[in-house]
Amino acid sequence: MFAYLVKRVFQAAVVMFVISLISFSIQDNLGDPLRELVGQSVSEEVREQLRDELGLNDSFLVQYGRFAKKAMRGDLGTSYFFKEPALEVILKKLPATLELVLGATFIIIGLSVPLGVFTAIRPHSIFSRVIMGFSIIGISVPVFLTAILMIFVFSVEMRILPSYGRGDVVHVFGYWSTNFLTWDGWKHILLPSAALASIMLPLFIRLIRSEMMETLQSEYVRFAWAKGLRPRRIWFVHALKNTLLPVITVGGVQIGTMVAYTILTETVFQWPGMGFMFLEAVNRVDTPLIVAYLIVVGFIFVVTNTIVDLIYGLVNPTVKLARMGA
Amino acid sequence: MKLFGTIASACALSVALAMGAGAASIKVAYDADPVSLDPHEQLSGGTLQLSHMVFDPLVRWTQDLQFEGRLATSWEQIDPTTTRFSLREGVKFHSGNEMTAKDVKWTFDRLKESPDFKGIFNLFTGIEIVDDYTVDLKTSEPYPLVLHTATYIFPMDSAFYSGADDGGNDKAAIVKHGDSFASRNVSGTGPYVITEREQGVKVEFERFPGYWDSESKGNVDHITLTPIKEDPTRVAALLSGDVDFIAPVPPTDLARIDADDSTNLITMSGTRIITFQMNQERVEAFKDPKVRLAIDYAVNNAGIVDRIMKGFGTVAAQASPEGYLGYDASLTPRFDEAKAMALMEEAGYGDGFEITMMAPNNRYVNDDKIAQAVATMLAKIKIKVDLKTVPKAQYWPEFDARAADMMMIGWHSDTEDSANFHQFLTHCFNAETGDGQYNSGNYCNPEADALMTKANAETDVAKRTALLQELEGILYEEAAFIPLHWQDLAWGARKGVHAESIVNALDFPYFGDLVVDE
Repeated sequence: MFAYLVKRVFQAAVVMFVISLISFSIQDNLGDPLRELVGQSVSEEVREQLRDELGLNDSFLVQYGRFAKKAMRGDLGTSYFFKEPALEVILKKLPATLELVLGATFIIIGLSVPLGVFTAIRPHSIFSRVIMGFSIIGISVPVFLTAILMIFVFSVEMRILPSYGRGDVVHVFGYWSTNFLTWDGWKHILLPSAALASIMLPLFIRLIRSEMMETLQSEYVRFAWAKGLRPRRIWFVHALKNTLLPVITVGGVQIGTMVAYTILTETVFQWPGMGFMFLEAVNRVDTPLIVAYLIVVGFIFVVTNTIVDLIYGLVNPTVKLARMGA
Repeated sequence: MKLFGTIASACALSVALAMGAGAASIKVAYDADPVSLDPHEQLSGGTLQLSHMVFDPLVRWTQDLQFEGRLATSWEQIDPTTTRFSLREGVKFHSGNEMTAKDVKWTFDRLKESPDFKGIFNLFTGIEIVDDYTVDLKTSEPYPLVLHTATYIFPMDSAFYSGADDGGNDKAAIVKHGDSFASRNVSGTGPYVITEREQGVKVEFERFPGYWDSESKGNVDHITLTPIKEDPTRVAALLSGDVDFIAPVPPTDLARIDADDSTNLITMSGTRIITFQMNQERVEAFKDPKVRLAIDYAVNNAGIVDRIMKGFGTVAAQASPEGYLGYDASLTPRFDEAKAMALMEEAGYGDGFEITMMAPNNRYVNDDKIAQAVATMLAKIKIKVDLKTVPKAQYWPEFDARAADMMMIGWHSDTEDSANFHQFLTHCFNAETGDGQYNSGNYCNPEADALMTKANAETDVAKRTALLQELEGILYEEAAFIPLHWQDLAWGARKGVHAESIVNALDFPYFGDLVVDE
């Protein structure tokens, strides 16, 4: 276990080094940050001088060396726009994004397990067909369209839910303010999490359904039926538990993907998280912030995958972590 | 009975007064929030919009583009290079300090240090304090735009911004990247003080109790400014009643906001011109005025405004919009495909040629669609266009490198004056003075440049108007560039928010004067 964790940390470090190298090498193609820092009539001479002050005229290696040296001490550079350390900007925005992902995860788990199980047990009922039909639509409609449609229906036409932002948040500690402690906060987080969940929900319903159907055909389930166990016990204890293994694997990877999808959701809902911040940073050519964001997201991917592997071991004791880490 | 009547009417009166001066609170959504609280850090619309809320200028523009005294009560020219301003007395800064000539001089000196603003103050040599409430602004030569420039002087609280902050840095420092005292702290004379600010999320404004302008009918006590980047979300926020005032309104939603019972649409012709430049150094054919004219005749700018902009623009035939001195109503848009083809043949390009074209795709309203339309129109006179559109962040380096034969550029004159268009867009390029910095067409006509120089030293309005109109006429005849349209401005407001009287073509809403029914 310990050896496994050490290996994982080492892997994470390599991953983040590669990410930093890649994001650093593309920054020249993102545009000229100076244009976003000065007005239209500022002369080329003044811009060149500022570029010098920022060290943008140095060679790639010099710039990367300077960055790497600071990064070792935990300093990922200073955002041009926010004028604060990039890592701090991201940490301030992180809780909003994590709460959004958490909200979406609740919706996904809360709906996909019962719906997936139901469509597996009663594949021919009308309700199952309706769910499968909707899940096809869900997979094929892009998230920003879903989001705008939701705003149109629930905010503009019905006027029951707010259209943008986080609303009233309660400060918990540090940079973390939460939506989950006020009624207004709940109302604000509902639409964005539902929009975010809409991409993953159909996938999980279908995954749970097919795994469940397969498990229901297996020998031990048939044996359980023959033994005369109650149907509920067979479905929810014996079959479901074995269904969940691949679901957890996919789920872990998808949580990381969901962090990426927050870019679109947050932009549409003006959600003050790090996804929206990243898109804005790209528009403003705020390169230190872009590099820092990519590193942080890489870190999140590595962490979630590690946790998934650990959970995997808990759910299925036959899996040995030491072997996996190899 | 009589006494009762008196009390009743007194009550009615006080109720009426209370209603008239009723404190209102509004939420405003823009597409972006101010970059910094320092009014001299970046010359942009956002900075100036903020400055008009937290500071007051010496003079400001009215809706019909006239000057209105704010912190200056009167002004006169005492010799050809000196203008004397009398300052308003008894004006308090948010810190409680009183505003005097010393603060105006301090602000002027700081403007001269700002990389963004010093260009506007190039011809200004200094400011002299005559007494506590009188200053003399000096220029190196007679300059017709003294008042235009005075709209950029928002006196700052010199005592508040002097000294060193906790980190030992000068409080007055202008820092373009990185932290500074002035970018986070503010003390102006304006109608609002900032009580809370979370960059990219919201800014909270509270009305300044000691505001000097007690005659202002404005009754908004509290403003929450939120950036909402996405157009559909911003519109939805207004329609659902989550916010009370939005800007800008995207062209696709104009009709919807206008038709909604709970919202008002306010539109105004803007001053930003959208143009194409034809690079004469890259394409030999563009050196021939006939070819340039042919392109102008081939481009149907009325069609672009009608179809692509949904009427949300004013068709242009020159750079200066109506209301500017150089505007000449006799210059009308040209569109005639047959004539365009004839001109091409006359110039010896009857078989056409191939060019490259570049435009941004997120800088101006519908910029990429406009470029596509222009490319199609040019195909009709056998000019084959290879079009590339890129995000603005990548566009400007390409523009600086003059990377395509035809490039799109939109321009708003910082001085609200005609000469500025020529100086940046069509003046012969001069690396030293910065003239022609955005002239990707490399158009160069010394005669036109001479007219501009002459106009910029001419203080007689009638003579100056004649010079600037002559300049526009030359650029029109020679088809120095392809004018398309001036982008219109639009604001959306909830009914009862009387925003129509506080907006202007410069897009600086004067929130201090905003009246809201409660």
